[in-house]
Amino acid sequence: MADLRTTFAGIKSSNPFWLASAPPTDKAYNVVRAFKAGWGGAVWKTLGEDGPPIVNTASRYGALEVGGQRMVGFTNIELITDRPLQVNLDEIKQVKRDWPDRALIVSLMVPCVEDSWKSILKRVEETRADGVELNFGCPHGMSERGMGAAVGQVPDYVEMVTRWCKQHTRMPVLVKLTPNVTNVLGPARAAKRGGADGVSLINTVNSIIGVDLERMAPQPVVAGKGTHGGYCGPAVKPIALNMVAEIARDPECAGLPISGIGGIATWQDAAEFHALGAASVQVCTAAMHYGFKIIDDMVDGLSNWLDAKGHAGVAGILGRALPNVTDWAHLDLNYKTVALIDQQACIKCGLCHIACEDTSHQAIAARKAGGERHYEVIDAECVGCNLCLYACPVTDCISMVEVATGKAPITWLEHPNNPLRQTAK
Amino acid sequence: MDDIAARRLEADELERKFADIHVPLDRKRALIESSRCYFCYDAPCLQACPTGIDVPGFIRKIATDNVKGAAITILSENVMGGACARVCPVEVLCEAACVREAQESKPVRIGALQRYATDWLFEHKLQPFKRGAATGKRVAVVGAGPAGLASAHRLALSGHEVTVFEARPKAGGLNEYGVAAYKVPNDFAQAEVAFILAVGGIHIEFGKALGRDVTLAKLRQDFDAVFLGMGLAGVNALALDGEDMAGVLDAVAYIERLRQAKDKGALEIGRRVVVIGGGNTAIDIAVQARRLGAEDVTIVYRRGPEQMGATWHEQELAQTNGVRIKHWARPLRLMARDGRLKEVEFEYTQLDEQGRLLTTGDRFTLPADMLFKAIGQTFVASPLGELLELKDGRIAINADRQTSLTDVWAGGDCVPGDDLTVTAVQDGKIAAAAINRALRA
Repeated sequence: MADLRTTFAGIKSSNPFWLASAPPTDKAYNVVRAFKAGWGGAVWKTLGEDGPPIVNTASRYGALEVGGQRMVGFTNIELITDRPLQVNLDEIKQVKRDWPDRALIVSLMVPCVEDSWKSILKRVEETRADGVELNFGCPHGMSERGMGAAVGQVPDYVEMVTRWCKQHTRMPVLVKLTPNVTNVLGPARAAKRGGADGVSLINTVNSIIGVDLERMAPQPVVAGKGTHGGYCGPAVKPIALNMVAEIARDPECAGLPISGIGGIATWQDAAEFHALGAASVQVCTAAMHYGFKIIDDMVDGLSNWLDAKGHAGVAGILGRALPNVTDWAHLDLNYKTVALIDQQACIKCGLCHIACEDTSHQAIAARKAGGERHYEVIDAECVGCNLCLYACPVTDCISMVEVATGKAPITWLEHPNNPLRQTAK
Repeated sequence: MDDIAARRLEADELERKFADIHVPLDRKRALIESSRCYFCYDAPCLQACPTGIDVPGFIRKIATDNVKGAAITILSENVMGGACARVCPVEVLCEAACVREAQESKPVRIGALQRYATDWLFEHKLQPFKRGAATGKRVAVVGAGPAGLASAHRLALSGHEVTVFEARPKAGGLNEYGVAAYKVPNDFAQAEVAFILAVGGIHIEFGKALGRDVTLAKLRQDFDAVFLGMGLAGVNALALDGEDMAGVLDAVAYIERLRQAKDKGALEIGRRVVVIGGGNTAIDIAVQARRLGAEDVTIVYRRGPEQMGATWHEQELAQTNGVRIKHWARPLRLMARDGRLKEVEFEYTQLDEQGRLLTTGDRFTLPADMLFKAIGQTFVASPLGELLELKDGRIAINADRQTSLTDVWAGGDCVPGDDLTVTAVQDGKIAAAAINRALRA
């Protein structure tokens, strides 16, 4: 049984699965239920300045459904906690006391004023929480008030606020990054310069999840109107994986712990984040869809898989895929594969043929063989693009077979077709 | 209660037994089921549909909530798409061809989705078809069953004036008079007829039978073209002594009474019922006998389950309705008491090495208050007046459904081939296209 206990930026947790700062972590009631279910940690829903709490709307979520699969993507326009600061702090203190082996991190979002950060940090410290996470990510609502993504999109602000926080607290400081930037390395490097103990990403993607064609308004609709929201759920995982990898392989960010967030719903998702260098992972949408019980299989599945692969813990796979993440320019242009259809497994739907015929390289012939529909790859035409493999509804029916070309590997940097090629002199 | 009695079941139970056998898909279920369709290229289901409905095309439209478009896609190829969604043996046609059948033995529920779309159009009372500009040509159609109605509809769309001669008081053919009641409840057959006739240009003369009230020769004189779409008027006999005794009935006639009965409880049914035959009629009468309250219903068929005309789905339906199917036996003797059927003696059968059906010599007896003969129907050619060439006892046709007379076309059960609503519709459709070409030549 693999040991899933994790230390992330000095914060210990019983497993790498934390609940992300979001509605499921708004109250002690929810967080205690999560800890009872087995979650390794939780990032408490973002606290704001003391004073009259913020106000949320009725109708807060929207969802993307694809082919009957609910919540493939999910969006929210909910703001930070709408409960009084002291109520949250009291509950945090009690929960941490009752659950010492779980990570309890407090997400914060206050205006870009040093005193505001200083005073709230002091009050959070009193709860004995394990750390804070600076919410520089939310793309909706709070950003209009100069907080959230409005800060996260300006590296100088990220650095400045991070530095304040590091000065004013002994707690580990995690910086939650927004994906709503052209290059995530800007804010990530700024967090590092500011002294962050770790980064967590991604926060939600700015989005309109859909338009209600009856009411002619973006979803979720609030009294006839809607606004852009924060997009999350399984559909954003690819964006998150890329941004995690960008930071993990950036020399300037070397050594900066990463907490991976974005569409994680299963242990396989988590393993992919781990392989790209995320030491902990945070989950929200999957829990909001299915409840906290999903942690069962996440822990169990990851542990069994690590055992099968001969790893004692997550450390065994941490960043293991990173050496293989590279720029396009370093890919071998002499590497060749062609598609192979397993005729026994083929159900003769013709989707590989029509995908290739209509939109690619006319490399799959449609024939009749003994009165039966028959599809076969024309090896000479196949460029090894993988399209047929993904269009095929049958798992493992089409495989890509390596073809020995007898040619030495060559990248674009050395390729004769590249006018700017580097030639060995 | 007597061995033969009416009202074996309470009225409300009877109503439940003869209500829709299938729960229609609601929108959510239709969306999920439609999402299972792979949208195959050159799809096998489409090829398997005798009317060539663009199945992946209409299913994709359901998936996008374009239900109107889906219904029109269906009805454009098969104007009786609503009936076919209910009565088609999809398990041996489109759904058997579905690649998901090959993949997971669970085809997309094409029939149920087709019903979802066509029901939607009917519920919204939309009429997607429009009669073509009048050509002044007149076509006679004999028989207002699926073949006749399908041809009449297409001919009307082409602008021809159609007169349909129907022997019975209602149109719809077997969908009205023959199919099991729980497959087409709520007077669906008449709703579909009304939908077809609503396009205009089609006039039905009821109570007009070929050979009795009209002759083919006269129709050829009075009209520019003739389409024959009659059904099978003859039924096979057991050829046993005492076949006319009380308790021995013709399944087709009984089903017709059942279908037309306002009060199904008024029909008398035996306590112990034996059905002879292996086709859909045998299944339909056996299941309906059970649903009328018969205690023991046994289908006896002279060959095995693979040779039954009824599909495996229909055989399962019978069995889940408590019907026993006894294979490899044929009736030998009808035994009466007080002039009424009481027992039937059977002998076992088997195939010899040449595949011929022989009796084994072993016998058994079943108690029976009622016996239904469901051993096939035949085409009665005499009303044609010996004008047409026949093939295998039915009207000979070419690929255009044209008969040996150049101005007479035919389709449906009166021509060789499968006796299905869907093939009848296709016959009518093809014949109408050929007639239209001929009339415009």
